[in-house]
Amino acid sequence: MNETLVDLSRLQFAATAMYHFLFVPLTLGLTWMLVIMESLYVMTGKQVYQDMVKFWGKLFGINFALGVTTGITLEFQFGTNWAYYSHYVGDIFGAPLAIEGLMAFFLESTFIGLFFFGWNRLSRPQHLLVTLLMAVGTNLSALWILVANGWMQNPVGSEFSFQTMRMEMTSFWDVVFNPVAQAKFVHTVSAGYVTGAMFVLSISAYYLLKKRDLEFAKRSFRVAAAFGFASACSVVVLGDESGYTMAEKQQSKLAALEAMWETEPAPAALKLVAGIDEANQRNTWELEIPWVLGIIGTRSLDTPLPGIKEIIARNRERVESGVEAVKALNVLRRDASDPQALALFETHKENLGFGLLTRKYVADIMQVTPEIMDKAAASTIPPVKPLFWTFRLMVLLGFSFIALFAVALWYSVKDTFAEKRWLLRWALYFLPLPWVASEMGWFVAEYGRQPWTIAEVLPTHLSVSTLSVQSLYGSLAGFVGFYTLLLIVELYLMFRFGRLGPSSLGTGRYYWERQGALQSA
Amino acid sequence: MLDYETLKVIWWLLVGVLLVGFAVMDGHDMGVGTLLPFVGKDDTERRVIINTVGPHWDGNQVWFITGGGAIFAAWPLVYATAFSGFYWAMLAVLWALFFRPVGFDYRSKIDNATWRKTWDWGLFVGGAVPPLIFGVAFGNLLQGVPFHFDANLVPYYEGSFWGLLNPFALLAGVVSSAMITFHGAVYLAHRTEGEIQQRSVRAALLFGVIALAAFAAAGLWVQAIPGYVIAAGADPASLPNPLAKEVVREAGAWMANYRHQPLLWAVPALAFLGGLAAMWAVRAGRTFFAFWASSVMIAGIIGTAGVAMFPFVMPSSTDLRSSLTVWDSVSSHLTLTVMFWATLIFMPLIIVYTSWAYKVMAGKVTKAYILENEKQAY
Repeated sequence: MNETLVDLSRLQFAATAMYHFLFVPLTLGLTWMLVIMESLYVMTGKQVYQDMVKFWGKLFGINFALGVTTGITLEFQFGTNWAYYSHYVGDIFGAPLAIEGLMAFFLESTFIGLFFFGWNRLSRPQHLLVTLLMAVGTNLSALWILVANGWMQNPVGSEFSFQTMRMEMTSFWDVVFNPVAQAKFVHTVSAGYVTGAMFVLSISAYYLLKKRDLEFAKRSFRVAAAFGFASACSVVVLGDESGYTMAEKQQSKLAALEAMWETEPAPAALKLVAGIDEANQRNTWELEIPWVLGIIGTRSLDTPLPGIKEIIARNRERVESGVEAVKALNVLRRDASDPQALALFETHKENLGFGLLTRKYVADIMQVTPEIMDKAAASTIPPVKPLFWTFRLMVLLGFSFIALFAVALWYSVKDTFAEKRWLLRWALYFLPLPWVASEMGWFVAEYGRQPWTIAEVLPTHLSVSTLSVQSLYGSLAGFVGFYTLLLIVELYLMFRFGRLGPSSLGTGRYYWERQGALQSA
Repeated sequence: MLDYETLKVIWWLLVGVLLVGFAVMDGHDMGVGTLLPFVGKDDTERRVIINTVGPHWDGNQVWFITGGGAIFAAWPLVYATAFSGFYWAMLAVLWALFFRPVGFDYRSKIDNATWRKTWDWGLFVGGAVPPLIFGVAFGNLLQGVPFHFDANLVPYYEGSFWGLLNPFALLAGVVSSAMITFHGAVYLAHRTEGEIQQRSVRAALLFGVIALAAFAAAGLWVQAIPGYVIAAGADPASLPNPLAKEVVREAGAWMANYRHQPLLWAVPALAFLGGLAAMWAVRAGRTFFAFWASSVMIAGIIGTAGVAMFPFVMPSSTDLRSSLTVWDSVSSHLTLTVMFWATLIFMPLIIVYTSWAYKVMAGKVTKAYILENEKQAY
């Protein structure tokens, strides 16, 4: 495969997926906050709560429109740009995507229409039910997408079939209850909840700083502080669960993001920071906390975690065995009943993916040399430095969110937050950070999966469609241009309606309308 | 567990159901989008038109997403080969669709004539381009597509984007465009009143005639283009391997299924009956009946092409044996079974709550409604 084609395909997927994820976390979090606010409305009957649902719902709608727009791309991009991947693993990977549509996205999208337009046609409890079903749909949608994504990291419940030349499902329930998928799901949705809470907290803080619509802003702030604190705690705790499943199922990713070159005696230390010398496979200096990584990763004190060098040495053997598997497969593709090839293939089958890694260096498996096998084995560790630092920044942000929400909740309970201008400013400036943390999380998860699209099964460089490089330049330019334009429009509307606040509802009850200063909108 | 061969046929039917569902549901709001700049003469009229589909377009669009996902899960080789082969056509569909969510949600949030007119044309593009391209794609499937697989089943597309725009395919594009615009016009006639309704009725009669005439012309033309026949291999119960068969090309082969099973003529007959009934009903003011009749027409037109090609899904014009059929481009027995049950459970639920959503929002959308809900309506 042409290297430029592979790189451009990766770049386009990464760009469109990360762009999509600018909108998803806010949707995941805001839907539940709308449910909470509307429940308060149904229970108390206070108008301000309905105004909250409608106003935050308006911003939710602006965000959701782009979430839908960019999500369409992803449903089809596996086919357009990753054709061999789609053939090779579609038997397993396609199912959760299709079920996501049937079970979740239909639910979410049908009820979102009634959420916006059903206010006068539904009773209060009925409308609350609509909002709830929309939130359930949104979160179920994340579940199925992460079942699909979790399978890329830890491909359980499946087996290679040489007759059909692809991976095939052997157990649907193993795919659904994949521990990596489950850990990712809870971690990802709680990151979304943090984003939703931060959004409401920050914008409410802005109104409080401007001393506008105080009653509205205070109630919104309190809901956000409570919901945000619970979510920020769970995102860190559940991230730790991800660490545990990673240590078991994705050792090379863990070793890379910890810059752990050597296998360390149990329990391994957690590096806070380090000077990484990737070329010589060592760290020049390290600042560590003893024991912590071993405990997070293995939930024990005596299980060692393998270092990078040990993993490469192990994978060198797997490459050698994988080359045998590819050779046997080539014979079987011509004559499926060759008993010798069949026996050989059965022996080496589990390392087939490692054999396929050599295709990056030489097309004909008979030409593979020991040097190529060395290279293939070394390529099984993703680049260490970007993973190490991205991961640390994400974790740091996670803890800083807990701190902010804890303080916000504390002063909410004491009911003095509206006067604490330092707290309000802190909340306002933190507005963009959950997005930064979410994008870093995806980077760690997906960049850390390299050189595979399906861990230890299918190398990235074999997964792409056989398109021309020109096509890729063209489509990438199109996506970047389109998405930049859409983002400008979206941010313009968000800022405009964010500044207007609940006055945009046209009820006559809020600041700009009472000022008589509402010129437009 | 159902046997493999039966499931392969069931999945051909289910993909057909999803395609028809997409064309009926997403189709009517695409048709509405296409008609928007022409039927709506001023801003309030256009808001009336947009709000007939405002609460529903999003749910309807999921038919498209789910259709894509279901083809991925049930026919992975088709998903891989068709979408990468038709790369630029697919991107044109996706990029056109980009205008819809933002067009619907953002258009009326700013009170500025240029802003709103720009989004109106965006909604037009989002409504008009996808049905046209899907029609052109179907026209190419009927003629065969230039692609082949290598021994590892890597698909290679050998054609170009411009090669897709041949006369027969363009005729198929006209069938599809006119059918969807007709359907949208019928829906608009049902949900509006007064002048907008009268214009919608006129549009429905115009596009109904075009759709049926183009469909008839394509039906005559298809007898002259070579169809495809499996000469050997592709045993329905076998493990899927598209390279293990022989295919030949024969003039008139797409009529073979109709010759062997004359009852199948009912499918194209339904297309004509549905279309004529819908045109009669929309003129007579029986718009609800007209909507269902035009839905029958859509099912008939899509079904006609599907039946003609069965068991082929995507024949290859350059490497005949690489052709994809319902027997050898499918998922494993287990995946087809799982997906069958998932569809059987969720599809009725979807139909129930979608119907409820339409029931809640039923009735005419009027100018008075728009003026009363200035800030809340689209």
